[in-house]
Amino acid sequence: MRRLLALLPVGLFVLLLVGFMAGLRRDPAILPSMLIGKPLPAFALPPLKAGETGLASADLAGQPVLLNVFASWCGPCKEEHPTLLRLKADGVPIVGLDWKEEAADGARWLDENGDPYLRAGNDRTGRAGIDLGVSGVPETFVLDRRGRVRYRQVGAITPDVWVQTIAPLMARLRAES
Amino acid sequence: MRRVLLSACAALALAGAARAVTPDEQLADPKLEARARALSQELRCLVCQNQSIDDSAAPLAHDLRVILRERIAAGDTDRQAVDYLVRRYGDFVLLRPPFQADTWALWLGPVAVLLLGGTGVALYVRARSRTAEGALSVVEEAELGRLLATEDMAKDGGD
Repeated sequence: MRRLLALLPVGLFVLLLVGFMAGLRRDPAILPSMLIGKPLPAFALPPLKAGETGLASADLAGQPVLLNVFASWCGPCKEEHPTLLRLKADGVPIVGLDWKEEAADGARWLDENGDPYLRAGNDRTGRAGIDLGVSGVPETFVLDRRGRVRYRQVGAITPDVWVQTIAPLMARLRAES
Repeated sequence: MRRVLLSACAALALAGAARAVTPDEQLADPKLEARARALSQELRCLVCQNQSIDDSAAPLAHDLRVILRERIAAGDTDRQAVDYLVRRYGDFVLLRPPFQADTWALWLGPVAVLLLGGTGVALYVRARSRTAEGALSVVEEAELGRLLATEDMAKDGGD
């Protein structure tokens, strides 16, 4: 019994060590979203190009959809873009939120790189993004058919992220009634 | 030379005072501005995560400083203004984590470890002193007397 008691500090130390090691592996940039399970905060954003529809939170119910936050000034967005275009070709509904820049810059970016979005809105001040808890671009929110946030992807959607995480989730959300 | 030194000192002093907060962000009312300033020093910048939004030059930190000041100017209490950001970014924006169920380990952990260690040390010391307890035996007494005597002799001889 005394032997065991003497080993207690060692045991606690090992436990702490394991905890801290696990903590080191976590990416501190990936934060939990406050919106999981909640409806999207209300926003109504103007379009990137005059004459288009823009993007309002109220339009996003009906089917599971990806809400992709992007900007022309964002490096990783360039990396993510081909994946988004491929998803569009596969029929995945994606809408875009052009964060913290002039609409013209966002429009030029889509003209040059291709437009993967069903519709896109320009959030020049960044307030709609801040309401979503966006801390950087790209970020993507997976919305269910009732317009609730079900998942938040911080950073680019790579083919791996799509196959392993988002595609299965979208399939599940489509099966939900 | 003296002038160069002086201007260097002035530059350093100014550099110390220079913060990320720009004049156009500041509220006209110095009382409200002071409140906003104090709050923003307690809020984490989401981009450069170990800086407060008061220190950070990141565009998002600028936006959050402006939002915080808007809330305060609109009549929010400190608590309400901070909650506005917590609703969007979670408790993570608080540089000082709140005391709640999921942070008990964080706040109470060090105290618990100290108590545990202290108890361990106390038990150990008590166990040791218990074995050393009791009067000296006759033999020990004699040995002690002999040792003290030789020590005194050595001291007297040394002086």
